[in-house]
Amino acid sequence: MNALQTKYAKEVKAILAKYPDDQKRSAVMPLLYVAQREAGYVSRQHLADIAEIIEVTPTEVASIVGFYTLYHDQPEGKYRIQVCNDLPCAMRGADAFLQGVCENLGIEVGGTTDDGLVTVEAVMCLAACDKAPMFQVQDYENITYYEEQTVDSTLKLVDKWRKAGAKKK
Amino acid sequence: MTDAVKPNVETTLVNLTIDNVPVSVPKGTLVVDAAKRIGIDIPVFCYHPKLEPVGMCRMCLVDIGLPAVNRETGKVETDKQGRPVINFGRALQTGCTVEVAEGMVVVGYTEKVQKARQDVLEFLLTSHPLDCPICDKGGECPLQNLTMAHGRSDSRFIFDEKIKLAKHVPLGEMIFLDRERCIQCARCTRFQDEIADDPVIGFEARGRSLQIVTYSEPGFDSIWSGNTTDICPVGALTTTDFRFGARPWELQASASLCTHCPVGCNTTLNTRREAKAGGEMVVKRVMPRQNEEVNEIWLCDKGRFAHHYAAKDDGRLTGPLVRRDGKLVAATWEKALALVAEKFEGAGKGLVTLAGGKLTNEDLYNLAGLAKARGGKALLDSRMAGGDLTAQVGLSTGSNLADLGKGDAALVVACDLEEEAPLWWLRVKQAAERGATVIVANPRRTKLERHAAFTLRYEYGHEAALVTALVGSFSPKRADLPAAVQALIRDKDVKDAGQAIAGAKDLIVFYGSEGTGLAESAALARACANLLIGTGHIGRPNNGLVAVWDKANAQGGWDMGLRPSADLAADLGAAKAAYIVAADPAGDSPALAEAVKAAGFVVVQDIRLSATAELADVVLPAAAFTERDGTFTSGERRVQRLHPAVPAYAGLRGDFAVTAQIAARLGVAQEKRLATGVFNQIAASVPAYAGLTSAALSEVREQWPVIGRGDVYYGGTTYDNKQGLGVQLPVSGDSPALTFEQPAEPAKFKGLKAVPVTRLYDRGTTVTPSAVLHPRLPGAFIALSVEDADKMKIEPGQKVQATLNGVTVEVEAHIDNSLAQGVVLAPRSFGLAIEGPCEITVKK
Amino acid sequence: MSTVKGSHILLRHRDNPALSTFEGYIKDGGFKTWKQVVTRMTPEAVVNEVFDSGLRGRGGAGFPTGLKWRFIDKNNWPHYVVVNADESEPGTFKDREIMESNPWQFLEGVMLTAYAVNANVAYIYLRGEFWMLAAELDKQIARLRKEKLLGMKLFGTDYELELHTHLGAGAYICGEETALLESLEGKLGQPRLRPPFPPSFGLYGKPTIVNNVETLANVPLIIEKGAKWYRKFGTEKSPGTKIFSLSGRVAKPGNYELPLGTTYGDLIMTHGGGIPEGRKIKAIMSAGASSTLIVADDKALATPMDYESVPALGAQLGSASIIVIDETVDLKWLVDKTVHFFNHESCGKCTPCREGTYWMNNITQRILHGEAEQKDVDLLKDVAMNMKGKCLCALGEFATEAVVSSIERFPKDFKIKAGAKTIAGELKVMHD
Repeated sequence: MNALQTKYAKEVKAILAKYPDDQKRSAVMPLLYVAQREAGYVSRQHLADIAEIIEVTPTEVASIVGFYTLYHDQPEGKYRIQVCNDLPCAMRGADAFLQGVCENLGIEVGGTTDDGLVTVEAVMCLAACDKAPMFQVQDYENITYYEEQTVDSTLKLVDKWRKAGAKKK
Repeated sequence: MTDAVKPNVETTLVNLTIDNVPVSVPKGTLVVDAAKRIGIDIPVFCYHPKLEPVGMCRMCLVDIGLPAVNRETGKVETDKQGRPVINFGRALQTGCTVEVAEGMVVVGYTEKVQKARQDVLEFLLTSHPLDCPICDKGGECPLQNLTMAHGRSDSRFIFDEKIKLAKHVPLGEMIFLDRERCIQCARCTRFQDEIADDPVIGFEARGRSLQIVTYSEPGFDSIWSGNTTDICPVGALTTTDFRFGARPWELQASASLCTHCPVGCNTTLNTRREAKAGGEMVVKRVMPRQNEEVNEIWLCDKGRFAHHYAAKDDGRLTGPLVRRDGKLVAATWEKALALVAEKFEGAGKGLVTLAGGKLTNEDLYNLAGLAKARGGKALLDSRMAGGDLTAQVGLSTGSNLADLGKGDAALVVACDLEEEAPLWWLRVKQAAERGATVIVANPRRTKLERHAAFTLRYEYGHEAALVTALVGSFSPKRADLPAAVQALIRDKDVKDAGQAIAGAKDLIVFYGSEGTGLAESAALARACANLLIGTGHIGRPNNGLVAVWDKANAQGGWDMGLRPSADLAADLGAAKAAYIVAADPAGDSPALAEAVKAAGFVVVQDIRLSATAELADVVLPAAAFTERDGTFTSGERRVQRLHPAVPAYAGLRGDFAVTAQIAARLGVAQEKRLATGVFNQIAASVPAYAGLTSAALSEVREQWPVIGRGDVYYGGTTYDNKQGLGVQLPVSGDSPALTFEQPAEPAKFKGLKAVPVTRLYDRGTTVTPSAVLHPRLPGAFIALSVEDADKMKIEPGQKVQATLNGVTVEVEAHIDNSLAQGVVLAPRSFGLAIEGPCEITVKK
Repeated sequence: MSTVKGSHILLRHRDNPALSTFEGYIKDGGFKTWKQVVTRMTPEAVVNEVFDSGLRGRGGAGFPTGLKWRFIDKNNWPHYVVVNADESEPGTFKDREIMESNPWQFLEGVMLTAYAVNANVAYIYLRGEFWMLAAELDKQIARLRKEKLLGMKLFGTDYELELHTHLGAGAYICGEETALLESLEGKLGQPRLRPPFPPSFGLYGKPTIVNNVETLANVPLIIEKGAKWYRKFGTEKSPGTKIFSLSGRVAKPGNYELPLGTTYGDLIMTHGGGIPEGRKIKAIMSAGASSTLIVADDKALATPMDYESVPALGAQLGSASIIVIDETVDLKWLVDKTVHFFNHESCGKCTPCREGTYWMNNITQRILHGEAEQKDVDLLKDVAMNMKGKCLCALGEFATEAVVSSIERFPKDFKIKAGAKTIAGELKVMHD
C-alpha cells in the first residue's frame, strides 16, 4: 500500500469497484483527481503510486496527465479561473471579459497572481454558451461553474477567496 | 493480431488486383502486405508488419473498390463487356488497415492517390527539421526516401514557423530522442507495448505537442530499447552506441551471430575503416539480421551493445606470452607453441582441456579431438547438464517457435527466460498470445508469468520434483516418489498444468539454470526428458527439450563430445597440463583460481588477458568472433554460421587453428587452415551433423515480412538474410526409455541458502568492455526475502557483507517479495563465488 | 402517465420543475415504465419499440437508435452501455440541462437501454467539467439503488443493473465514441479505427452501445407512450423533437425543444427573439464549430431543421447547436476561433489533423494580425482541402468546414488589405 492508497483507502477501493477486476486501468482518471486534491497537481510520486494501484507503468499514467487539460503536472494558483473564450462565448464578449479580469489582477492570460492564489486561463467551450461570459473554477477539490459574469463579479469572488484565506491564517 | 503472432492456419485464398496486377493472398491479409508480396510498394510510416495496424500516419491511402453486388440476386453486377462493376468509395482508404476481399481492386497510381501521398508528406514535413545532413538516419531513412519518391519539390510552410524542440533528449542511457524529427508514428511506443511488454515510453500531451516521454527509473528501462531505433522511420531515435558514429552509406555489412546466449540471434556487423583507429576496420554497430525462425527482426540490447569486448583496443592480446622469471613476456609463436607442445607431451594423459561455451563448433571439435588423442579430459566450462538428452529428445528439424499456438503448450521451468534468453521469452510470449498454454514454474516471480496460463511455485531444489510431479499428475500413482513430489502432485495447479501438458498437441520444455548447479541441472534435465517421453512429445517438429544454456554454444560443446566437470577444481588441480580456452575459471571463483595454480602447466588461450591468463605459463591469443569464420549450435539445435567482419591482428587465428598447430606438434593431424574444413570433418564424424555442408547452412528461403535495404520504410533498418538461415539438426532417433530417477532432496543448510540466478546484464568479461552498458550494469548484489530482510533489519539498497564458499564480498541488498524465507538470490558473474546452491552468511 | 405539454418531451421540467426531484418524478409516473419493462417486456420488444419510433441519434450523426441496438453482437458477452455525456461541441449545452434538471428521466432512459441490450453495467462518461453534475448523478444513482430500482434481482427477476459515472478531464475528442471508450479504459483519448464498431467491439473489446444523453432521455416516453405517439412529433424521416441550443448574436439564447422540421427562421427570429440592436443576420452555423457556415438568406431561414433538409444547404443538422452570426462579425476572426479550437483539441493521432490544424492556425493568426497576403487565404483553403478525406476521425474533417465554407461563401470577408490588423469587429458584452 503506497501513500496515496493509504490516505484515501476507502475512496480508492470505491473507485476500483466501478470497473471489472481485470480492467483496473480504467481507474486512472478518477485516481488522478484524487491525487490532485493534495496540491492541485500530479507529482512524480503520484504517478508511481497510481501506476502501482492499477498495475501499469508510471509512463502510462503520465501520458494520461499530459493528454487531458484538467490534469496538471505542476503547481499553479490555488484557484484556476478557466474562462471560456470559444466562438459562442467570444461573440458575447468573453475575450473582453477575460482581458478585463487579467488586467485587474495584474497578470497575463495563463499567469498566476503574486500571492499564488489565482491562475487565469482561457479554455475551450464549457457548454454554457448562452450564459457567457462565464468561467469555471478548478480548485483542489472541485470544479464549479460561474455563469453570466462580469469583471466586477469576478473580482468580488477573488476578494472573497483572499479574505477567506487571510482568515485561515 | 500482428503477423508475428498470427497463427499460420488461414489457407483460404482471396483474389484481388493491385495496380492491375492479380494476386492471391490468404484471407485476412492487409492490402499493404498483399501489395508487398507482389513487389508493389504502398508507402507507410506508422504501419509495421510486426505491429497491430493503427492507420495513423495516413501515408498508405489508396483507392479501394469492391465488386457491386446486386442486392436481390446476390450476384456481382457486370458491364456490357461482362466485366464486374467496381464501386470505389468516396474517400481514399488506408491500405494498412483494410483486409483484402474477393474481387477487390486496389489502385495506387491515380492522380488522386499520388496527390494524397504528396499531401500527407507535406503535412509531415511542416514540422520536420530537414536536418538530413547531420542525421544518423540519413541514407537509410524512410522519410527521406519516401519524400524523394512522393514529396513536393517546394515547401509552403514558413520556415520561421517550424516548431523548435529539444534535439538531444536522452530517453535513457542508450537511446536518444530528437523531438523535432519525430513524426508521432508510435512505432516505438507500440513496439514497447505490444512486442516487448515494457510500455515504458509513451506519448505525452496531444495534437502537435504530442511527444515521446519516459517516466521509468532509469529512463527507457527495457532490454529491448535498441529495436525502436531500427523501426523508427525517421532519425528521432538513435543509439548512444552509434550516434554520430558513421554515415550508413560508409558501412560494410557482414553476417554474424550473437555470442551471448543460446538463442543464436542472427546479426549483421556494420564496419568501417577508420582513421582514428589507425586505418583499421572497426565494428560500428550490431544490427539484427532477419531469421524468422530465430530472432525474427529483433535483438536484445545486450546483443546489440555488448560487442565491444571483441574490439581491437589496448586490452586485446596480439601475440603469445610466455612466463619467464615469474612474468608473462612476449614470445614468438614458434617458441610458445614449441613450449606448449613439449609440456603437453610430458603431461601424457594428464592433459585437461577446458573450453568456454562461446567457442565455435570447430574450436570445440579440435580441442576435444586433441584431448581424446592424448587420452586427456575434454571439459566444457558450464554448470548445466542435459546436452546428451537434448540430442535425443531436443527440438527436431523443422521446429519453429512461431508454430506454437492454440492447443500447444510450452513449459518453462527453473528459468527467468527474459534474463537468460530474451528472444525466447519474446517468442514464447507470442505463442501465448496465439493461444498456446504457457506454464511457468519458478520459485520466484518472473516476467513471463504475465502470459502464463499456469504459474507454479516450488522450493529451490525441488525443480526436478516439480517436473516429476507434473508427470505424476497424469501417471498411475507411485508410492515410492519422495514426499516433496507427492506434495506437489496434490497441488491443484500442478494437476491442471499436468493435464494441459499431457493434452497438448505440441509441447516444448525449456529448462534454465535458476537456482541450480550441475547436479540439480542433471536431475532437472532428466525429469524434463521424462515428461516429454511420458507424454509422447518427442521425435517430431515443435516438440522436445530446450536447454536455456548458460553459454551460447554449450549445445555445440556437448555435441562435440565435451562435458562439464562434476568437480572442476579437482580436475584442474590434478591436471599435469591444463589447456584453458575462452574460459576464466580463476575469475569465477577463488577455489578455481587455487586449482589453476595447482595445475602442472597452464596454457590459456583467449582474446583478452583474463584472471586465469594472469596465472598461466603460456598465453596464446586468438581471433575474436568478429574476425573469424565458424559455426554455432543454438539451444534449438540450429547450426548457424558466422563470418569474419574485420581482419584479425597479424598472425592471429581462430582457436581451432591454434589448437591444430599444437596438435600437429604432438603428431595429431587436425585441420588448421579453414574452419569449413573442420566443419566438413564434423559432418563426417558427428552423427547428428552427418551430411551437413557449409552450403546448406548458407541456404535462404523467402521470409515474411519482406525486410531489407530497399524496404527500409516497411520493416526498418534490420538486415535481410542473404547469408543463410542455418540448419536445424535432427534428433538422434533413438527412442529413449523413461528412466525414473529419484529426485534428490535439496541440500539443507543451517543458515541462509544462496541460489545462483542469471541476469542478462552481468559483470562478466564479455559485458564490461562495453561502456555503453555501464549505466545499466548493477553492482554486485544479493536479493533477500521480505521476511529475512525484516529480521536482519536490512533496507533495500543497503550495503551488506555476503560470504559464500569462504569468500566475502560487499554487495547491495535487494528485496524480492516473491522470494521464500531463508533463500538468497546470488547472481552469477558478479564476483560472488557461487556455482550451485550453497550456504551464505549476510552481515550488515 | 407522464405528462407532456406542448413539445416538451425532454425539457418537461420546464413545465413541471418537480420532475428534478425523485419524489416529483415518481409522482408523475416515473419508473413505472422501468418496472413494467423489467417484469413484463422482453429486451427485443424494447428494441423494436425504439426502432419503430424512428428515433435517431442526437449526438450528431443521426444514426437510427433502434438499428444500432440491433447490431449488438449476441455471441460475445458481457454487453455494456456507455452514455456519451462528453458534451463539448462549441455551442452545445443541451445534455447539461437534461442531466441537471430532468435527471431521472435521463437515468430511466439509460436503464431501459441497458435492459434492451442485455447489459448489466452502464457507464455515464461525463466531460470533466461536469464535476458537480457528476456528483449529483452519483447521489441520484445511490438513491435508485436504495429504492431497489438498481441492483441485483430487480423486481424479483434475475435482471441486475449497475450505473456508474466516469469523469473525463478536458478533451473534446472524447466525444468521438471510440476515443471515449479508449479514455474510459484508462488510455489516451484517441479514436480507434472503425470498423469494428462498438456494437461488436466496444468497451474492453466487448459489445457496447454508445448513445448520447439526449437520445436516451427520449426512451422512457417512447416506451411508455409508444412509437406511434412519438412519431406524432417531427417529420416522417426525422420523427420526434430536438433540443436546439441557440447561441451567438441572438436576443434570447438558450435551449429550445421543438419538433424536428421547425425552420431556422422560426427558431432564430421567433423563439430566439431575432438579432439584437437591429442588426442583420449574416450566417448560421448549424452544428456548432464543426459546421459549415450557411448564408443566412431567406431560403436558409425557411429551411426546416431536420436530417434531410439541412444537407441541401451544404450543412448538417449534427447536434443542432445553432450559432447565429450577425453582419458585424468578420469571418476572418471567426475562422481563427474555430481553427484555434480544433488545433487545441486535435488528439495528434493522425497526420493531416495534427499538422493541418496547426498549420491552419498559423495562417489564420497571420491573417488576423495583418501579416498575410491574399495568397495566404488560398493556402489556408488549400491546406483545409488537403485535410479533407484523409483524417482518421471526423474531428479533422470538422476543422475544415468553417474554413472552406467561409472562404467560398463569404469571399468579401477574405479580401486581404495589406497591413490591416485586428478585425474582431464590434463585439461587446451582451450580458449586463
